[in-house]
Amino acid sequence: MNDTTIKKGEWEPKIIAFLCNWCSYAGADLAGVSRYQYPPSLRIVRVPCSGRVSANMIIDALRSGADGVLVSGCHPGDCHYISGNYYARRRFAILKKFLEFVGIEPDRVNFSWISASEGEQFAQVATEVTERVKKLGPARHLVKEF
Amino acid sequence: MSTMNQKITEELRQKARQLLESGQVAAFLGYTSGSVPMVMRPFVARNPEDADRLEWNSFCVLNLANYLPALLKSFEPPRRPNEPPPEGPLPKVGVVATGCWSRNMVVQVQENQVQRERLVIVGVSSRGMVDKKKVLRIIENRDVNSVDEQDNTLVVKGPGFEEEINRWDVVRDNCKTCIHPDPVIFDDMIGELHGDRQIPDRFRQVEEVEALSPEDRWKWFTSEIESCIRCYACRNACPLCYCPTCFVDDSRPQWVGKSIEPVDTAIFHILRAYHCAGRCTDCGSCESACPMGIRMRILTKKLQKDVLELYGAEAGMSIQEPLPLTTYKKDDPQDFILTESLKGEKK
Repeated sequence: MNDTTIKKGEWEPKIIAFLCNWCSYAGADLAGVSRYQYPPSLRIVRVPCSGRVSANMIIDALRSGADGVLVSGCHPGDCHYISGNYYARRRFAILKKFLEFVGIEPDRVNFSWISASEGEQFAQVATEVTERVKKLGPARHLVKEF
Repeated sequence: MSTMNQKITEELRQKARQLLESGQVAAFLGYTSGSVPMVMRPFVARNPEDADRLEWNSFCVLNLANYLPALLKSFEPPRRPNEPPPEGPLPKVGVVATGCWSRNMVVQVQENQVQRERLVIVGVSSRGMVDKKKVLRIIENRDVNSVDEQDNTLVVKGPGFEEEINRWDVVRDNCKTCIHPDPVIFDDMIGELHGDRQIPDRFRQVEEVEALSPEDRWKWFTSEIESCIRCYACRNACPLCYCPTCFVDDSRPQWVGKSIEPVDTAIFHILRAYHCAGRCTDCGSCESACPMGIRMRILTKKLQKDVLELYGAEAGMSIQEPLPLTTYKKDDPQDFILTESLKGEKK
């Protein structure tokens, strides 16, 4: 497991994680219960389904000072609402390409499928996303100074 | 006047008059000339005499589908928000439609904004509409008194000058790259159908931007929208924008700041374009309505390209087929999903 302690003075990214209530949020819970270590950079927002997450919410997170966004839902076929994540998948595919098109770094906005039994995978994804965002440095493009 | 336009105008007037006289439609939506050269005015003919004011030429740039939901509603008896519509057939509206306009009507039907059975669509195969800004650029922004359209040229007259411009040179970018000039749904047709056009490089404008580095793309994006004054003309001209409260007007939560700060403008343009994903027909109304000459169409064209590449669908081509983002396939591409790409790396 990576060394996840914050070194003094080191910049730690802020990452907003939209996790679906039925799979990914429970997966994050399991990661905690199973004592898997992952960086403290995630701020979790629980949503009913990954299909609930709109582009507005992702961009609003970036605007309000998040350095990265992670949206995670149930694996295809496992959605509590049958098909929410299928619709979400189409929307996110388009959104990710579109943000890339206007010059937002592709690694700022991430998507994943994590089931309720995948605590370890959740820790892995959290670590991976944090590393990617760390490499990019603080967000610059869509941040609004209030 | 161009013989083609004259023919279309005459036929249009005759068909509109017939529809209005026979009572088949309560109103006919078309275009009439305005008081300024190169600017046409959307026009609702409500009685047979009005039909003679209808006109057709290369300056009908706004998408008439945009006016349909409100126009249809104006013929319904007033009712409360949750009250069901009255029983029995409601008055119909006639409308003239080119390829992209008719595709937007398909989208509106699919999104329950208009009812197909209440429309009488008179189709016209589009030859491409003219971009007024391109004309003005050629004549170096001098004053224009009149523009006379011939079949393939425009004769622009102003104080002390007269210039002849090749029509195709000043046709809008979206019309130049349009492959579906024919209406996809219509009840009556003026002229013939021309069939799909072949344009191998129709996404060229998008590809040029895609070839840039991320940093340069951001620079291109911000410089393109720099002059935006947030008048929302692009939104108002768009037939896809019919929400009672637009996301830009929401205050709780406030998705977009109301200032013309670069960040707010950028977010407005990203979200506005994204709202059109899988729905935009590239009618070019937004660009034509923009007073600052911003080419926001490149953004929606990019979305159109991605939807076509990923899901093989174009908006509004058929009433039976659902819009690309309102449906799914179990095996849609998902290599952008982190857990899937990590799996691939491990293998």
